[in-house]
Amino acid sequence: MRTRLVVIGNGMAGARTVEEILARGGDFDITMFGDEPYGNYNRIMLSNVLAGVEDESGIFLNDLSWYADNGITLHTGTRIERIDRFAKRVYAEDGTETPYDKLIIATGSRAFVPPIPGIHRPGRGYHQGVFAFRTLDDTRAMIRYAREHQRAVVIGGGLLGLEAARGLQNHLPHVTLIHAAGHLMNAQLNEVAGETLRATIEAKLGIEVVVDGRTTEILGKNAVTGVKLDDGRIIPCDVVVVAAGIRANAEMAAASGLAVERGIVVDDQMRCLDEDDIYAVGECAQHRGEVYGLVAPLWDQAKVLADHLTGVNPFAEYHGSQVATKLKVAGVDVAAMGLKAPEHEDDESLTFTEPKKGIYKNVIIRDGRLVGATMVGDVKKVAFLMQAFDRGLALPEERAELMFDLGGPAGEVKVDEMADDEQVCNCNGVSKGAICGVVQGGCKTVTGVMDKTRAGKGCGTCKPLVQRIVEWAAGGEVEEDPAASYYVPGIPMPKPELIEAIRLHSLKSVSSVFAKLGGEEDAKSKMGLASLLKMMWGGEYVDERDARFINDRVHANIQRDGTFSVVPQMKGGVTTPAQLRRIAEVAEKHEVPMVKLTGGQRIDLLGIPKEKLPEVWADLDMPSGYAYGKSFRTVKTCVGSDFCRFGVGDSTALGIALEERYQGIEGPGKMKLAVTGCPRNCAEAYVKDLGVVAIDGGKWEIYVGGAAGAHIRKGDLLTTVETPEEVITLTGRFLQYYRENANWLERTYAFVPRIGIERVREIVVDDADGIASSLDAAMDASVAAYRDPWKDREQPATPGQFRTSLPLTVLPQVPVRA
Amino acid sequence: MRAIGYADEIPPGEGRTFAVDGEMVAVFRLRDGSFRATQAVCPHKGGPLADGQIDLKQVLCPLHLNAWDLTTGCSLSGQPDLTVYPVGVADGKILLGDLS
Repeated sequence: MRTRLVVIGNGMAGARTVEEILARGGDFDITMFGDEPYGNYNRIMLSNVLAGVEDESGIFLNDLSWYADNGITLHTGTRIERIDRFAKRVYAEDGTETPYDKLIIATGSRAFVPPIPGIHRPGRGYHQGVFAFRTLDDTRAMIRYAREHQRAVVIGGGLLGLEAARGLQNHLPHVTLIHAAGHLMNAQLNEVAGETLRATIEAKLGIEVVVDGRTTEILGKNAVTGVKLDDGRIIPCDVVVVAAGIRANAEMAAASGLAVERGIVVDDQMRCLDEDDIYAVGECAQHRGEVYGLVAPLWDQAKVLADHLTGVNPFAEYHGSQVATKLKVAGVDVAAMGLKAPEHEDDESLTFTEPKKGIYKNVIIRDGRLVGATMVGDVKKVAFLMQAFDRGLALPEERAELMFDLGGPAGEVKVDEMADDEQVCNCNGVSKGAICGVVQGGCKTVTGVMDKTRAGKGCGTCKPLVQRIVEWAAGGEVEEDPAASYYVPGIPMPKPELIEAIRLHSLKSVSSVFAKLGGEEDAKSKMGLASLLKMMWGGEYVDERDARFINDRVHANIQRDGTFSVVPQMKGGVTTPAQLRRIAEVAEKHEVPMVKLTGGQRIDLLGIPKEKLPEVWADLDMPSGYAYGKSFRTVKTCVGSDFCRFGVGDSTALGIALEERYQGIEGPGKMKLAVTGCPRNCAEAYVKDLGVVAIDGGKWEIYVGGAAGAHIRKGDLLTTVETPEEVITLTGRFLQYYRENANWLERTYAFVPRIGIERVREIVVDDADGIASSLDAAMDASVAAYRDPWKDREQPATPGQFRTSLPLTVLPQVPVRA
Repeated sequence: MRAIGYADEIPPGEGRTFAVDGEMVAVFRLRDGSFRATQAVCPHKGGPLADGQIDLKQVLCPLHLNAWDLTTGCSLSGQPDLTVYPVGVADGKILLGDLS
């Protein structure tokens, strides 16, 4: 016989738990009891029904057919009066009894109605004109009554009270809100935030708010005429709505002998105390002393209970929920999580207020982690804050970034306001709808979605937006991808761990790394491993050509038509007539389709077929400019002091010296440098991976972590030095530190802020860690191992190294300019 | 099956393009010693697949890093699938079969 599962309560908690059980393939004979006469509806949406923005039909989660389709026996309008824990039966009001093997209590909560004189009329229930705000029936009655009356008082200035006040405004002209505490939403907000909310609600919505107001009496004999406060004030009204909090529906459980405090006491598996087969979830349950009144913890509890009951994970445990809420309270955006105010002396607390706009922001940081945040009126940063709060993420150095978007594109796009067909990834043409589709298809990791759609796989600038869309589409159920911290996807280790393992096992080839650490080889990981091994082992590295990307196999940059571009070295962007003549002759001889000046002050010969590369190099007889690798590229310079009348330092000479020394050094990403002869910055040194600026007095400033590609960032000033020799040494040391510590494809503009410029300076300039000499030695070894790859042209490195891979008819044709 | 070239024309872990009856076929030599053959031209933007990086399962087009299963030709990144050919080696020669 199938296990008989009985669920008392057909609200959001009961139905969600059953949904989760069905989703796990749970095989139960399910019977549900609900005391309301409906299927299951979204209680949170009642305020929308009251406000008239949602139809009653729109709030139903599961209609009656859902129960039938899933073989669930549903008894609506049936209240359970008693559980016999020993006979394992439940007894309904109507006298029927139902046996169970497993029992879930999900009776939820009810409105708490304080014992105010006049609130009840003997024999009639509530005084006419007095309403609680809890069920669909309450809402219907309230709307009906309010329409025919003029003035409403809402008792309770929490979330529910505010929603009720806002909703009532649609049905009658005057609404007053009376709150017993000193400020609104005192459970979630601190005083200043609550005060900001009050000001906005009064000014914008015209709801009158009374705080510190204790209602002592409901006035009126037959119909309500007003309420009286403890300071003697009388507020005239003809409708009273009570929204003074909720109480768990636990009396039936208590009467049946279960342990009940503020709610039904449960353990980490949602099991009632000392009971083997009785569980409780949702607002009626008390877990580790907490009774939750929000929906998110309820979802968590339902999952744990379903995991446990179905045997998917019999040991699943619920450890409580960090309560973070983001709501539109009466039309005002409010978000709150964690602490309302600092608790310890060394808690960092940052506050921003702009009363005129009704904006209040506060974040509380303890030991570098976010422990509380409150936002009123402007919740743009809340997605990031919730993540940081939930997962304990590291926080930005610039703490103001927690509250504002600094330096990023102005005005962050709101995901929920984006149209489905709006293009998110402009490199690969991926729309918001396509991303959401993949998420709905069950892929809930950011990297998984990126793999499937290719969104964010071009220049990468849209990655943060892709992440936000995935989070939005997954409704806060984003799964963390452990691979996000790996150096390469195929080896499950972050870079430092990987380096240690490679050293330990003396792994000198890419295939040996896979064999020892990864299991199977992975095409997407080969290039990153090749770069790392070359950096670590230098001359001892066992070069396997298949680990190289095509550009590194043939020392040229592949173009869209499968031909290659050839960029000879032109140190510091300085050339000679003889060099130019040679390039011109080669271009003519080989009928090069395009000759172009590059952004790095060099000359690019484009459209060279692979099989002609060695011949072109031989005719040029110039060293490679490395315009194809994840490596040191070029040093851009200005004319400096030789000719420029403003120049204060010899930037060309220093640029040439830097390029001569560090040419061809490979790394986790491209390294583009510049030296400029004065702060006018003609060589754009402020936006390079490493930029050097000559300043008056014969000194040189060194900037690191700049970028002016898809991402634009001014570099951070590393230090100012007196001599070109120091520039050369510190450049080598910084680049070596970057090579050893940056993740694969992590450019300096991400690396430097990740480490922090102060820390980079400590290591590279001040040698606080005592590793400067080893960094210098490692760089020296790499420099010594340099060999111009274009010299290796007589004998191919592998059979068919330069053999064409192009189709017989060239596709697609790149138009040749005359 | 017919011979289209020699196995040692392809270094381990790489691919090379062969012309067969006016068609271009990319042949790959996997690091486990087995061979795979697919159409030579990437269906996305015409990239030369033989220049792509491979492992025992997939080939990545060098132009935009789209991925395909080398054995089935199925796209792993939302592109049209590749035509795959039966391929084997005998006496050091690469033998290509007809499409079934």
